Amino acid sequence: MSKEKIVINPEFWDIIPQDYRDLVDHATYGKTDRGWKDVGSSTELIAEHSLCAGCPESIAFRHIMASIPAPEDTVMVGSTGCTSLVFPMVAVQNIHSLFGNQNAIATGLKRALAYRFPNQTKDVIVLAGDGATVDIGLDMTLQSWFRQEKFTTICFDNELYANTGGQESGLMQKGFVAKMAPQGKKFEKVRLPEIARESGCAYVAVLTTSKPSLVERVVKQAVLIAREIGPTYLQIYTPCILEIGKQSMEGLQEMRDSESAGERFKFREFITPEAQAFIDDMNAKKKADKLAASANN
Amino acid sequence: MGTHENPNTPHIGTANKKGQMITAPEEIFFNAPRTQAFLTGSEVIKEAVKRSSVDFSVAYPITPQSEASSLVGELYADGYVGDYMRGESEFAVMGQCAGAAFGGARVFTTTAGPGTLRAFENFPMWAGARLPIQVVFTVRGVNSPLTIQPDTLEIAFMLETGMLLWHAEDAQDLFDFMMKGYIVAELPEVHLPIGVICDGFFVTHTKDVVSMTPEDMALPHYNPYANPTPVMDMETAPIRHMRDPFIMKSNYISYMTHASWQLEVKAAMERSRKMTRKLLNGLIEVENPDAEILLVSSGTAVSQSREAIRLFRDKGVKVGLVKIKTIRPFPKEEIREATKNAKYIFVPEFNVAGWMAREIASVVERNERVIAGPHVAGGMTMPPEVIVEEVERTIARMNKK
Ligand SMILES: Cc1ncc(C[n+]2csc(CCOP(=O)(O)OP(=O)(O)O)c2C)c(N)n1
Ligand code: SF4
Ligand SMILES: [Mg+2]
Repeated sequence: MSKEKIVINPEFWDIIPQDYRDLVDHATYGKTDRGWKDVGSSTELIAEHSLCAGCPESIAFRHIMASIPAPEDTVMVGSTGCTSLVFPMVAVQNIHSLFGNQNAIATGLKRALAYRFPNQTKDVIVLAGDGATVDIGLDMTLQSWFRQEKFTTICFDNELYANTGGQESGLMQKGFVAKMAPQGKKFEKVRLPEIARESGCAYVAVLTTSKPSLVERVVKQAVLIAREIGPTYLQIYTPCILEIGKQSMEGLQEMRDSESAGERFKFREFITPEAQAFIDDMNAKKKADKLAASANN
Repeated sequence: MGTHENPNTPHIGTANKKGQMITAPEEIFFNAPRTQAFLTGSEVIKEAVKRSSVDFSVAYPITPQSEASSLVGELYADGYVGDYMRGESEFAVMGQCAGAAFGGARVFTTTAGPGTLRAFENFPMWAGARLPIQVVFTVRGVNSPLTIQPDTLEIAFMLETGMLLWHAEDAQDLFDFMMKGYIVAELPEVHLPIGVICDGFFVTHTKDVVSMTPEDMALPHYNPYANPTPVMDMETAPIRHMRDPFIMKSNYISYMTHASWQLEVKAAMERSRKMTRKLLNGLIEVENPDAEILLVSSGTAVSQSREAIRLFRDKGVKVGLVKIKTIRPFPKEEIREATKNAKYIFVPEFNVAGWMAREIASVVERNERVIAGPHVAGGMTMPPEVIVEEVERTIARMNKK
């Protein structure tokens, strides 16, 4: 979609909500170098949210929205959970339908868009909680990877069911005492990143949202690889400060602590040789373009 | 909008890539020459899909629809269906269908019995999201121990999902209902999912003569922008829905929003009546409404009732018939009118619950006239003699009192 489609009849300008005016004025549609640095200056894709104050999910949302390569042609798929409280305020079209079916929805959506727009690129991005991705929706998560469906799956891993009040989830750490795990969780945190790799994902990354530049790099990479090569998976630690008893200012430190050496969210990524070649090629082209541009100046 | 120059969606008067002429629905349904073919119900499903410009179909095996859904795969391989895949479970299948419909595709799928119940959470979601997906339910038993036999019990579960539900009596209905179903379901003022129901085995696995529309004519493509909700393709402004998601709010505005949307789904279903009456030539079919005894039902039970009426005629007893074509919307007015003079309203059904009798009893006056039965279940057939016997026995018993 081009920006022309979102212009407002001047007659109506004064009655249009501010966030829509922001979209018209500031939308970074078509801007190839958009990224995390735009977070502060442009709020057209996400401004407010109704999560708990200081919830890292809200920060992750902002970083991701700033980093997706082509918001003007991106449709997102969510699931029930804390993330579904943000999506109504996100200005790319997005689907909430049921809890756990997000990768099935994305499968049909991506195929429909590919069929209806044979000459246009439409990106599909799933963004759902760990309960949705790993527990109730696991079969659909995996099957979409087995089938090599070309979209990105992002899991907001807060290691529990936040929206229903902090129950045990498959991505919860072993031993953690939670609702429905009164004696502590009895099995290990499910190794979904490794399972993703074995299930055919072309790119997998595990991170927190503490470093926006890193979020930008992996999100761009994940979406572009999904567009051209095959499924990609990002698992981002977004601690539920409410349920682990932290204050609203403590989310960042919690993420930093969890990504130090030997910790469970130490940054790691996996990329297939084919996907790596594609990224190298893309970066080489970008460099050549830059060189050519500066030579022309 | 992407669809305009798209070779995948040609306009009326031009041919699609298979050489089928895209033709106005009324022209196809009412004016185009028909030819007779001798086909199974499964083959009929294939033929109807072939003429319906379907963009996307998802398949999953379950008897008695497995043959039909793999025949749709053949259509895809031949280039008649845009995209096609096998899902991993009926719950996933219906999600895949929803995703494609959210993305603006015309969608087709089939399931039956346990598949219907496995998928269940999706159906009210489809209706609420206003996705005009078509499912053919080739109904079968859902009881334990495991059964694959014909049984219409699963329809009872579907009644309040917000889906249009049309029940085919035979292969001819199945063919017509499928094509006409898309036209009604996709009306902007309706825009609801539709279940076209046929009785497993009795219709899917038997051969019948069907009068077919021309093979080289296909329905116009779905226009996703004639839609009460935005298409999820980023071709229209991506409005923010709201600042405070309703789910978080326990206040009047939140309650009111949910309540009014449910009422709107109901209203959309009501609005489907007008076009459905036109295309199906009424929501019910009536024979001999002046008879004292009426047989009222849907699906294969109607065919069996027709036979029973013939047996009665040989005995000199006049018995009338009401065939219900649309279970949702339910033809209340029509049924009330058609049954107003009857003394006995018998409702033969292929299930143990007698849900159709309850539906009818809920709309007719003096509903002590409604007699649930005969019932058969578990895959039993309903020979016309059984209907005759049951009617005679019941009336004799009632007269004794
Ligand atoms: C079919 C179904 N089962 C259960 C629920 C209840 N439910 C809603 S949100 C949720 C937990 C979500 O957890 P997660 O996916 O980890 O997201 P989070 O809220 O932690 O971000 C559950 C269990 C539901 N909505 N639907
Ligand atoms: S409950 Fe937890 S995950 Fe949900 S918004 Fe609050 S802090 Fe964030
Ligand atoms: Mg969670």
